[in-house]
Amino acid sequence: MTHTWITAAALAAGFFAAGLATAQDKDSTSKQIERYREALAEGNPAELWEARGEALWKEKRGPKGASLERCDLGLGPGIVKGAYTVLPKYFADTGKVEDLESRLVTCMVSLQGFTPGEAKKDPFGGPGKKVPMDALVAYIASESRGMAMHVSIADPKEREAYELGRQIFFYRGGPHDFACASCHGAEGKRIRLQDLPNLTNPADARKAYTTWPAYRVSQGEVRSMQWRLNDCFRQQRFPELEFTSPASIALSLYLARTAEGGVMDAPAIKR
Amino acid sequence: MKNKTLVTFSVLVLAGCAAESRQHEASAPTPQQVKSVLEASFKARGQAKLDRLDQDEVQRLCSQVRPDKPLAPEEAQRIVQSQQATLRYPAGSLMGDWKSGEKIAQQGTGKQYSDDPTHPSGANCYACHQLARGEVSYGTIGPSLYRFGATHGYTPEMQKYAYGKVYNSQAFSACSTMPRFGHMGILTEQQMKDVVALLMDPKSPVNQ
Repeated sequence: MTHTWITAAALAAGFFAAGLATAQDKDSTSKQIERYREALAEGNPAELWEARGEALWKEKRGPKGASLERCDLGLGPGIVKGAYTVLPKYFADTGKVEDLESRLVTCMVSLQGFTPGEAKKDPFGGPGKKVPMDALVAYIASESRGMAMHVSIADPKEREAYELGRQIFFYRGGPHDFACASCHGAEGKRIRLQDLPNLTNPADARKAYTTWPAYRVSQGEVRSMQWRLNDCFRQQRFPELEFTSPASIALSLYLARTAEGGVMDAPAIKR
Repeated sequence: MKNKTLVTFSVLVLAGCAAESRQHEASAPTPQQVKSVLEASFKARGQAKLDRLDQDEVQRLCSQVRPDKPLAPEEAQRIVQSQQATLRYPAGSLMGDWKSGEKIAQQGTGKQYSDDPTHPSGANCYACHQLARGEVSYGTIGPSLYRFGATHGYTPEMQKYAYGKVYNSQAFSACSTMPRFGHMGILTEQQMKDVVALLMDPKSPVNQ
């Protein structure tokens, strides 16, 4: 496994160097990066997060010494298979639209007895710090692999979140005047050599949305959708997007709905 | 008969669309609602305070643009006029040092909450534009600027245009994606001159 991983990395480095040398042709550059991704995908370290997440799901934790196995992720208590494809959604018990991360917080509070502050304390992993949230997200997303996205906007609260998410997507602000749409509102664009999905276009949105959460090679971490949005806003020069905030969930629902029908393939592996 | 059915069907479809779009508008949040959700969802961090969520008139109008709904021509004209009035040109030469300009064009940091606010910001031109031929890692959100000076002519008028465009792109193109580097205080006067030199100096790698 480790050996395969190193070989894949070496091959990938080779592809990448070759790509840079002949990058006058942007199509060939994209192809090289695609091959780099294929090479990496042979050994996706997200497996380690998925395994840890499954163990955490079943482990008795918190003041109540309970597992998360009775958590309702949208398809009923305890159903993990396919749950990621219907999130974010409206939950009657909280009266809120929740995404995977916020729903996990809800269950950590109601089932395990953590305070909301404790449940949200470590939203993202970092160097030398592996957090339960990333592992749980990786596990639950992996249980929807091969299944089609199907997020509802039938409930008025879902509809409201969708409309709000769309407005936020186009909201320009900060010293650079950036919105999500500045980078993700047109076809076939790149930042440096990185292809940018047009997230207003269902075909692109499906491809992008269904590959998050993802293992980031450059960071050695599995990154959740909450992390993805947080770091986009950092680069937009906005203040910090708070973990599981209403804006983050609304935006996620807008993106997920645009990706309707896309087949989940997460956690994926990315540069 | 066939035609009539088709016409009736079209009318129904149109009526359906109109109803749908009314429903859209009914459920669309007001700008105040959007703002209050944003204020409840972001927290100040480092140099990025919550006032960054406050929009000026240009940001407000440009946030209403959609892929299928461009800006109305009269609004676009109003933006260009108001932004023309912001342009400030330094006295003397607009040409700095292209070598410094190249560094500024490469640098992607500045103004993020993760950046040191005492360090000068970069312009990150290569994120969106092709410039020097030797740099193959360039983005395509903006047009290629390779051979910009060589193509447009090494004239003082073109230097002034380049400086103005960097200072406030929306003085020339309403709702441009490009940041207003001078107007918003991202780059200093000297940095903008250096970027102009990168574009306009015949010795700059951009013009080789």
